[in-house]
Amino acid sequence: MSVGTTAAAPPRQERVMSLRVRDRILSIASPIGLLLVWEIAARTGLIDTRFFPAPSSVLALLIEMLKSGELLVHTAASLRRLAWGILIGGAPALVLGIVMGLNRTIRALVDPIMAATYPIPKSSILPLALLVFGLGESSKIFMVAIGVFFPVAINATTGVLEINKIYLDVGRNYKADRWSMFWTIALPGALPVIMTGFKLGIGIGLILIAIAEMIGAKSGLGFLIWSAWETFAVEQMYVGLFMIALIGFVLTVVLNELERYIIPWKAS
Amino acid sequence: MSIGAVNLRPAETVSAAARPAIRIRDLVKSFGGLTAVDRVSLDIAPGEFFMIVGPSGCGKTTLLRILAGLETATSGTIEIDVPAGSQKPDNSMVFQGDSIFPWMTVRQNAGYGLRMRKVPGKTIREVVDHYLDRTGLTRFADYYPHQLSGGMRQRVAIARAFANDPHILLMDEPFSALDAQNKLLLQEELLHIWDENKKTVVFITHSVDEAVLLGDRVMVMTAQPGRLKQFVPIGLKRPRNIMELQGAPEYGELVHRIWTSLRDEVQRAREIEDNIEAKR
Repeated sequence: MSVGTTAAAPPRQERVMSLRVRDRILSIASPIGLLLVWEIAARTGLIDTRFFPAPSSVLALLIEMLKSGELLVHTAASLRRLAWGILIGGAPALVLGIVMGLNRTIRALVDPIMAATYPIPKSSILPLALLVFGLGESSKIFMVAIGVFFPVAINATTGVLEINKIYLDVGRNYKADRWSMFWTIALPGALPVIMTGFKLGIGIGLILIAIAEMIGAKSGLGFLIWSAWETFAVEQMYVGLFMIALIGFVLTVVLNELERYIIPWKAS
Repeated sequence: MSIGAVNLRPAETVSAAARPAIRIRDLVKSFGGLTAVDRVSLDIAPGEFFMIVGPSGCGKTTLLRILAGLETATSGTIEIDVPAGSQKPDNSMVFQGDSIFPWMTVRQNAGYGLRMRKVPGKTIREVVDHYLDRTGLTRFADYYPHQLSGGMRQRVAIARAFANDPHILLMDEPFSALDAQNKLLLQEELLHIWDENKKTVVFITHSVDEAVLLGDRVMVMTAQPGRLKQFVPIGLKRPRNIMELQGAPEYGELVHRIWTSLRDEVQRAREIEDNIEAKR
C-alpha cells in the first residue's frame, strides 16, 4: 500500500464499525426477503396453501392467538423450560469442562465417558427421560440440559487446552498466583471457545424442547405444533413453527450481542 | 546454594566491588539424552547490556528461560544479586513473538506485572502512563492487541517488562518477527528507554548486527551442545545513534569479528540438523 492511500483510507475503527452495521442490517433483511417470496408464491397459487398457507394468514392467526393469550402461555412454557435447561446443563458443564482442561487426571477419567455418551442422539433418550422423570416439567428440562451439557463441557475443555502456552509462561514470569492464573489467563483465554459451546448447546436445546413437548405435554410450542397436526390446523402449526424460529433467531442475535459485550477483544 | 534453582543473594554477604548482577556457574541443562546448555559460567555486571548470539538450537533460549525461572537447570548455579529488602521482582521477560494478552487492553497489559504484585492502582496508572509515553502508545492505551500492528504489540510487551521495574530484563529475540524498518525503530526506542535507568539486560538474538548495535558485551555460543565460545566486548560509546553507528568502521570490524566466530557454529548446527534428517 502506498503512503497516499493509507492517509486517505478511513480509520480502521470506523471501517470496522460500518461493517458491523452493514452485517446487522443484512442479518435482519434476509429472513424478511424469504417471507415476501413465500407470500407472493401463495397468493399466485404457485404453492398449495393447504400445506403452505400464506404468511399473512398465519400472521392473522398469530395475532388472534396473541390477543387470546394462548400463544404467550405456550411460548412462556417453552422459554421457561429452555432457560432452566440451559442453567442446569450449562453450569456444571462449564465447571467440569474447565477442570478437565486444567487437570490431566480428571481429564483421563472423564474423557472416555464423554466420548462414549456424546454420540448418542439426544432425542433417543426421551423415552428414558419420560420413564425416569415422568410426564411433568423435569423430563423436558432434562432434555434441554443434556443437549446443552455436551457442547459446553467439550468446548470448555478444548478452550482451556488451546490457550497458547506463551500466556501461561507470561503469567508465571510475572508472578501470577493460582487464582490470577485462572481469572486473568485460563478463563478469558478459553471464553471465546466456551461461548461457541453455549451457542451450539442452546441450538440443540431448542430442537430438543420442541421434540420433548410433543409427547405427553400440556403446554409449550412443541405441544402446539403436535396438537395442530392432530386437528389438521395447518395455520396453527405454522404459528408454532414461526414462534420457534423466532426464538431461535432472537437467541442468536442476543448471544452474538452478548459475545461482543463479554469478549470485546475478539476480532469481528 | 541449592542446585538448579535461581538463588537470590542478599547484598551484604558479598563485597560491593566484586558483586556481579548475575553470576552463573557450571550451568547444565539436559532434556533426556540431549544437552542443551553445557557448563556455562559467566558474570554479568550491574547495568550491563549483555548480548547472547548463537546458531538456532544452541540453547540460548533455554539459558534465558532458566534465568526467568521458567525452567530449572539440571546442575550448576545461577545467582541474581538483589539488594536486601528490595520489593522489585528479580526479572521480567520480553518473549519472542506475541505474548501480550489478547483479552486485555494495552494499558491492562502494560500494568499486568504491577497488578500481580498488588501495587496500588494509582501507582500502576502513573508508571504505566510513563512507559506508554516512552513507547509512543499513549494514544492506543485503551486498544486491544488485535487492533495493533505487530511492532506496536511488541512495544506493549517492552512497556510491560519495563513498567514491572525488575532488577534484570530478559529479552528473547524480541524483534525477530518484525520487518527491518520496525526493527530499527524499536531498537532505537529500546536504547532510549534503557538509557533512563540502565538496568541489567540479557538479550538473545540471532542477528550479529543487533548484538553490536545494542550490547556492551557479546557472548558467542557454540552449536549444540550450547557452550560458551567467546566474549566480545563492544567498546562503542553511548548514547548510540543506530544510523550513524552502522557507517562507522569500528562497527564493521566488530560485526566481522563476531560473524567469523559464529560462522563455524552455524555451519556445525546445519550439519547436526542434516544428520538428524538423514537418520529419519
